[in-house]
Amino acid sequence: MHNELLEVCLLAGRIMIEGGSEMYRVDDTMRRIAVNGGAQDALVFTTPTGIFIGLGNESKTLLSPIDKRSIDMEKVAQVNQLSRSFAAHELGLHELHEALHHLDQNTPFFPFWLQVLAAGVCSTMLMVVFAQAYDWFDMPLAAVVGALGFIAYAKISPLTRVRFISELGGAFVVGVTAWAGVKLGVGRNLDNVIIGAVMPLVPGVAITNSIRDMLAGHLLSGIARGMEALLSAAAIGVGIALIFRFF
Amino acid sequence: MPYWLQFLVQLSFSYVSTVAFAIIINVPRRALNFAGWAGAIGWIVYWVLTYDLDVGRMMGNLLGAFAIGICGMIFSRIKKMPVIIFNIPGLVPLVPGATAYQAVRALVLGQIDKASKLTVRVAMVAGAIAVGFMLAQLLAEQTYRHPVGGKYKA
Repeated sequence: MHNELLEVCLLAGRIMIEGGSEMYRVDDTMRRIAVNGGAQDALVFTTPTGIFIGLGNESKTLLSPIDKRSIDMEKVAQVNQLSRSFAAHELGLHELHEALHHLDQNTPFFPFWLQVLAAGVCSTMLMVVFAQAYDWFDMPLAAVVGALGFIAYAKISPLTRVRFISELGGAFVVGVTAWAGVKLGVGRNLDNVIIGAVMPLVPGVAITNSIRDMLAGHLLSGIARGMEALLSAAAIGVGIALIFRFF
Repeated sequence: MPYWLQFLVQLSFSYVSTVAFAIIINVPRRALNFAGWAGAIGWIVYWVLTYDLDVGRMMGNLLGAFAIGICGMIFSRIKKMPVIIFNIPGLVPLVPGATAYQAVRALVLGQIDKASKLTVRVAMVAGAIAVGFMLAQLLAEQTYRHPVGGKYKA
């Protein structure tokens, strides 16, 4: 019975880290599930690349490596919800396991066209907010460029396991289309258009999260996530700088 | 452009862009509206403080993040969902993503001085935001305790 309990804890933790949760919440949820499942005490050690759990009074430890990390709030919200139901005894351990397994296999997503539309809207709105210039002329171009960059990023992602490459590709498309748009006269300020259009791709949230993890005492997580954010920023910067360098 | 119109543009655009970003990172449907408000409120706090009251970029970011943290805390209790569902999309107008990109671009183009200046700014803005969140969390912990979680909270 305890074996399944440990597996459930690990699965919950892995899904949460894959969804980009803060580390203290992962620790907290895993401990709660263990305690609500009848364990005396649970020893939890979490990093963004692998998690460990052991029960205090038994010589048994399980570990689970984590290969992919992204930001997916649906996963975090659902695990949280399931953990609450488990605590309230609405779900048994086995049902919880089934539900987590189901969530892991098929997380509900917004349709792709809506995500592309959202990327375009996000780009053009943030351009106006950041530029403080109230120049409406660049807005359509920024929306199109942001959407195209996001499509490129999303389409390259399944082809490679290296995230750096899909981000580089997305940023390169942003750079080329923004540059072409300004040359064709549908945009005025190349810098503003690009800053808006890279917003769906840039790792601003990841940078801030890594510093939060570090301040909360999760030094390993902070450094690992910070490194990941740094690589993303480098990929995007390089992808766009190619345009400025060669045109 | 009159001030009230600028204010309205800043408020509505930051709301819509936050909702749009929330869709990209797959925030559950029923949290989208509140996430948008967290973003709009945080950005307006930053905008008023930085551009009108001239308190400086770091203080503006810190208090903007503090406002988002408080909003997230309230919304998470209303909706019974984790705080980060509202915080992470809410942060998008504030986070130094664009600055990080500009820093790398300057580096690649060989403008080392500009690059180092921007890099330091990224680190400081991110730090200010993180501290703002910590303060909001501190306040949350003083006013409310989980029955089980209080004991285990990091």
